[in-house]
Amino acid sequence: MSGDGESSAPPVTPLNLPRAILALLLCQLTGETTILAIRAYYPEIAFPGPVVGMALMFVLLVWLRGPDAGLDATSGAILRNLSLLFVPAAVGIVQYGPVLREFGVTLALALIASTVLTLLVTVGVFLLVARLQGEDRE
Amino acid sequence: MTPDIVSIWVYLSASPLTWLTATLAAYVSADWIAARLGRHPLANPVVIAAGILAAILIATGTDYGTYFEGAQFVHFLLGPATVALAVPLWRNLATVRRALLPMAAALVAGSVTAAVSAVAIAWALGAPADVLASLAPKSTTAPIAMELSKSLGGIPALTAVLVVMTGIIGAVVVTPLMNALRIRNFAARGFAVGVASHGIGTARAFQVSEIAGTFAGIAMGLNGALTSLLVLIWLAFAG
Repeated sequence: MSGDGESSAPPVTPLNLPRAILALLLCQLTGETTILAIRAYYPEIAFPGPVVGMALMFVLLVWLRGPDAGLDATSGAILRNLSLLFVPAAVGIVQYGPVLREFGVTLALALIASTVLTLLVTVGVFLLVARLQGEDRE
Repeated sequence: MTPDIVSIWVYLSASPLTWLTATLAAYVSADWIAARLGRHPLANPVVIAAGILAAILIATGTDYGTYFEGAQFVHFLLGPATVALAVPLWRNLATVRRALLPMAAALVAGSVTAAVSAVAIAWALGAPADVLASLAPKSTTAPIAMELSKSLGGIPALTAVLVVMTGIIGAVVVTPLMNALRIRNFAARGFAVGVASHGIGTARAFQVSEIAGTFAGIAMGLNGALTSLLVLIWLAFAG
């Protein structure tokens, strides 16, 4: 489509990107504020505000019967490139050379074994319960 | 001439624009390399991009704080991205609803396995108590993990590194492991990598299929909640 000057497709409604970004930010802000308010009374509770924002956005989508084209395109663009967003945090490893040198082998073994075990247990229990439920043909 | 070039570098190396540009350039290169290698699971774009950037930071003697002043604009998007997970969740609602019971059972089993197995292995290998506490929440998403590490008496900064490493291990291992076991249920595969490897696992799952990504996103959120609850219970009984 893009770059093809010949196409005389019917006029498309322009995507309302500012509104989509506003919706995402408002949900996140509400989530963060909720957690801050709870933590003012129960400081030992750890929970990320954005996950509360996700739940809020989900409730809104159910209520509005789905996203508009702008929100659909914006969230799709972000989620298709989710890997990019973890790069700054991953570069943070450069700060922890000394700790990693001291316990590197122990930690690497623990992380690799534990992650593989967690994958196996989780997928195994999921499939087992799905089979017992008779819903295994997704 | 040389002093001018030096002064330009002094300006550039401290400018957020430089490190924001470098982050995107590293990622675009990493993604190109990953595509050239046929999206092989070992060619993870996060690993390649972070490797390139870490090498540049070390070679130029730039500290992480300076780098992060530029990279924070990318890092910031993690919050809105988490909210955006609601869209595929809504779109696949019918599939998700049918899998509620398998999800609940797999979540409890996976969450407990993730924390207990990591701590048990490191304890057997002689890691001290603060390292064990830093290790326990490593399968949850970074902000939760760091909070939990603090309340368990761990080192939050070490936890952040362990969380990233856990994410990368899961993202690299999940596809070959599931293929070897001939598991073709992408809801189950996605859910497992979301429990084991939070957002980095979820990012990998979205590369494979939208169903896998959706279930990974749900698993990440639920595992954060359940691990927080387990830590609260642990502290109530142990402390």
